[in-house]
Amino acid sequence: MTGAGADPALRRLALTLGPVLFLWNEDRWRDFYFRVADEADLDTVVIGETVCSKREHFHARSMDEVTERLIRAGKTVRLASLALVTASRERKSVRRLAGQDSFEIEIGELSVLPALQGRPFAVGPMVNVYNAPTVEVLAKLGARTICLPPELPLASLERICVRAPSVAIEVFAFGKVPLAISARCAHARFRGLTKDTCQFICGEDPDGVAVDTLDGQRFLALNGVQTVSGTCHVALDDIEQLRAAGVLGLRLSPQTCDMVAVAQIYRAVAERKLDAQAGRRRLSEVYPAAAFSNGFLHGRPGHELIERTADAR
Amino acid sequence: MQLICPAGTPAALHDAVDLGADAVYCGFRDETNARNFPGLNFSRDELEREIAYAHSRGVHVLVAINTFMRAGSEQLWEQAVDDAVRLGADALILADLGLLAYTADKHPGARRHLSVQAGAANADHIAFLVEAFGIKRAVLPRVLSLAEVAALTREVPCETEVFVFGGLCVMEEGRCSLSSYATGLSPNMHGVCSPASHVRYRKDGDDMVSMLGDFTINRFGAGEAAGYPTICKGRFSAEGRDGYVFEDPVSLDALAHLDTLHKAGVSALKIEGRQRGRAYVAQVVKEIRRRLQPGAAGNVDADVLRKMSEGQRTTEGSYDRRWR
Repeated sequence: MTGAGADPALRRLALTLGPVLFLWNEDRWRDFYFRVADEADLDTVVIGETVCSKREHFHARSMDEVTERLIRAGKTVRLASLALVTASRERKSVRRLAGQDSFEIEIGELSVLPALQGRPFAVGPMVNVYNAPTVEVLAKLGARTICLPPELPLASLERICVRAPSVAIEVFAFGKVPLAISARCAHARFRGLTKDTCQFICGEDPDGVAVDTLDGQRFLALNGVQTVSGTCHVALDDIEQLRAAGVLGLRLSPQTCDMVAVAQIYRAVAERKLDAQAGRRRLSEVYPAAAFSNGFLHGRPGHELIERTADAR
Repeated sequence: MQLICPAGTPAALHDAVDLGADAVYCGFRDETNARNFPGLNFSRDELEREIAYAHSRGVHVLVAINTFMRAGSEQLWEQAVDDAVRLGADALILADLGLLAYTADKHPGARRHLSVQAGAANADHIAFLVEAFGIKRAVLPRVLSLAEVAALTREVPCETEVFVFGGLCVMEEGRCSLSSYATGLSPNMHGVCSPASHVRYRKDGDDMVSMLGDFTINRFGAGEAAGYPTICKGRFSAEGRDGYVFEDPVSLDALAHLDTLHKAGVSALKIEGRQRGRAYVAQVVKEIRRRLQPGAAGNVDADVLRKMSEGQRTTEGSYDRRWR
């Protein structure tokens, strides 16, 4: 190999837009992806419902239109599968996804693998990949891209990239972090409903319901059966280290802020046209509602923000 | 149905064996298992001795090596597997795909159970792991209703084991980073949840405040018993309303459904609580044994059991569909 590809310091980082984790109504969802297709500087867009199967029908009608527009705009499209699959309806949905071959699937758990019969696939951040031997198991089955769990520290990412170079490693780099998933819908329960009688109430909170401590600290947010972080994970300060570690892609997880602008900032920092601190300042104008964090990457509590000092590389 | 009892220490293992467990489960004294708490777990020598004791009484010992291997330190987990096999463990309880592959390759004859930490919640997922790694039994995550447990058990090509009593994970096991978000230490990587090293209690006027890392997990008024700050059972505030947003401080009690689980073909019942003492294991084992007798009446010892439960209140969790 010659040139830029061989030098990790010059390696281009791909930008991937993760699936919308929240329930956005049909118009908002479609318009969001139309704008992403037309205006956002992204390499790959992952779409599909990963959190709750009850939401799936909301976007079924717009799916073809959206994927077509993304493809025409030159984006690679992946279809994401559910992270928690229990009911037979959910198993059918996963099999349906495995049955199509227009797009690569990004798996949210492993039940879909036999149905893929060795076809290439991607692995989402809810699948537990903590080490290279696990990457190797998945690679043998056909995994080409793996977005690692957000709680993994840089030290682990580095080891994995070195020992399992056959798979493209992607890292969660922007957005409220998916921290947990439950059979119980805390969101419906908070609104006085249950999962079975939810009336799709989570659709009223397109960025989740903030959960604070009794002393008023911002802590978590409810998103249906999923719990996400109260802070927005921002890996801008860590981009050079991620690149040096061998990471090939950064994942941006959609929030209600201007995601076209978010992608622009990440691209500029990744291409060294903007320094990380300036990027973070611009990001806080784009998403003023959120405090930022990146503690997970540093093996620290996930809510902390570890800023890169000016004299760091 | 087999009764699978927790053993946090050699003494507890002895007790569980004497009290009528069919099998006990335990782990090594490090981050290779999901109850990596100070003062718990087994050295290699202790495990060897206790396996001999258990086997002399016809009781099996299952060794949990059910956290996820830290990249670069895989050897620690692989060594745990090698040692458990060498010391005569009757089964290994595993969650990490890489470690499952290692074990199937290096110790094809060692019986492999799928840990609840693997979060395998449907028949296709489990069938895939049976095919890939020769799993003999899957411990089911606490996300399924009784009807789903029954349907899954009919369908999968291996045995199933379910939790019936003890601590309740509100979130799907093996897929929860709440603890590491607050403390930097995670169930998956370090084998701890809401670790004691990060717990603080402080007085604020008449209130007792429980904290985990930098976060207030609960405030208890005068006369209210202060509980342990587990995040998913904490009291928080959302849109100006205070309450237990995820779950109250309760624990799991599915003992009323032993008959249903039996008819469903479930192979083993698991009691949570490697951090609990002899009295707890004794009482729970006695009660389950009693209820498994043909014609046993319900609930005579319900109060005794409830008093041993977290917060002294219990739930049937996801087994009851309405819990969701």
